Amino acid sequence: MKKPKLKLIWLQSITCNGNAHSFLNHPELFNILENYQLIYHPLLNSVNTIEELYTKELECDILILEGAFKRVGFTKFDKEVYTIAKAYSNRAKWIITAGTCATFGGIFQEADNISGFVFNSELKKENFNTYKDKLISIPGCPIHPKWIGFALDMIANGKKILLDDMLRPKELFASTVHQGCVRNEYFEWKVDTKGFGTKEGCLFYELGCQAPYTRGSCNKIAWNEVSSKTRVGTPCFGCTEPTFPKNSLFKTKTNMSIPKNVPLGVPKRAYLTMTGVAKGFKIERLEKRLIDYED
Amino acid sequence: MSKKEKKRESIINISLELFSKYGFHKTTIPDIAKALNMSVGNLYNYFKSKEILAQDAIIYTSNYLGSKIKDINIQDISAKEKIKKIVEVYFKIAQDKPQMIEYFLRVYLSNREVFKDGCSGMACVSGFVTEIMIFFESAVESGELRDQDFFSAFGLFMGYLGGMVFLKGEDILPQEIDFYIEDISVNIYNALKA
Repeated sequence: MKKPKLKLIWLQSITCNGNAHSFLNHPELFNILENYQLIYHPLLNSVNTIEELYTKELECDILILEGAFKRVGFTKFDKEVYTIAKAYSNRAKWIITAGTCATFGGIFQEADNISGFVFNSELKKENFNTYKDKLISIPGCPIHPKWIGFALDMIANGKKILLDDMLRPKELFASTVHQGCVRNEYFEWKVDTKGFGTKEGCLFYELGCQAPYTRGSCNKIAWNEVSSKTRVGTPCFGCTEPTFPKNSLFKTKTNMSIPKNVPLGVPKRAYLTMTGVAKGFKIERLEKRLIDYED
Repeated sequence: MSKKEKKRESIINISLELFSKYGFHKTTIPDIAKALNMSVGNLYNYFKSKEILAQDAIIYTSNYLGSKIKDINIQDISAKEKIKKIVEVYFKIAQDKPQMIEYFLRVYLSNREVFKDGCSGMACVSGFVTEIMIFFESAVESGELRDQDFFSAFGLFMGYLGGMVFLKGEDILPQEIDFYIEDISVNIYNALKA
């Protein structure tokens, strides 16, 4: 007998739709969704309408939450979105918070009384304890389509997803965005980039790159199959972190020219020692343009 | 510390004295061996050349000074108090181990060609400079010192202390160097405070 499809609901709270849109870029989108019955999705054909989502008690195996939450005061069809999200959460076998807003609060946590479904920035909310056995956090602004694809595939195939202490899949969030960055050679020898969008130089020293202390796999699982922020010469904004967003995203915060933040888990003393030594050497190959373009 | 490490350290200490007293070029490996009562051949077992010895001597000095400043950095006290302790420790070394500071001022800074290969940039003084960086970074982060370029602050702090020790070495100071600790600490703090 054919295995019944898992019933999927994608429920949006306070959101820009970015994660739902991002998922549409997955090259294997419809193969992944083969295993699922879309009870409700905001952008794809679904069994039910949004009104039915809010006014009926639909069946739900897997609930994907997108957007930040306000306990009281954000309603759809005269229902508190938070209350409906809780009701489906109680019924679901798995809950995925898709995106930084649903997970930690994201940009909306700047406002009063708005936070993630599971965390308020780094603080665990009661939902963490209530649902921790079936929760999966996938932060990102937006999420990478393949991150949510990974989770959906693993669930559909009955595989266990190993999670960290914030319930993020270790497969995706155990390393930093710095891993796999094509500019690592410049980081090793402390060669700054000369500006945005160039092939050369590291973005960590001047242009605010947060990749060395941001968990994620943007440079291991390329975006649109080919790229990442740092590959094209834009700094990582740390969008997967509970503290996202921060200020002055294009400038490295320094105290007396010394980076305020250093790579994850590296003592500042160790980092500065390495930096001091590396900066003492001028590696001509790394100082030059890789390609001299003709006008 | 093993016997070999102890011997190595004693060679460095004598070298610091001789280099800072007679200069790098006028001091020979046989002079150093003689002062230690060891054979020239044996000394070469520890250091392959006078240049390598000179470079290891600056690393040794930098790490010694760095370890003293680290002891201050890890204390839970204000930046103002740390400044005073750093001044105290610097002047104490200038009194107890004058060869260390003298070596830095009169050999390391004056014979750059000796240190060109292997000690370029901060490579051989990172033990010391790293601790000064840690001090400055945390003091700016806590709001006690004003944010500025590292070198403008570093030059003010270390140039000042080095200058005082140089004057002491030239026997120009009318008072013992300890006499100046309080005023110098206040001057540095006032110049750097937020």
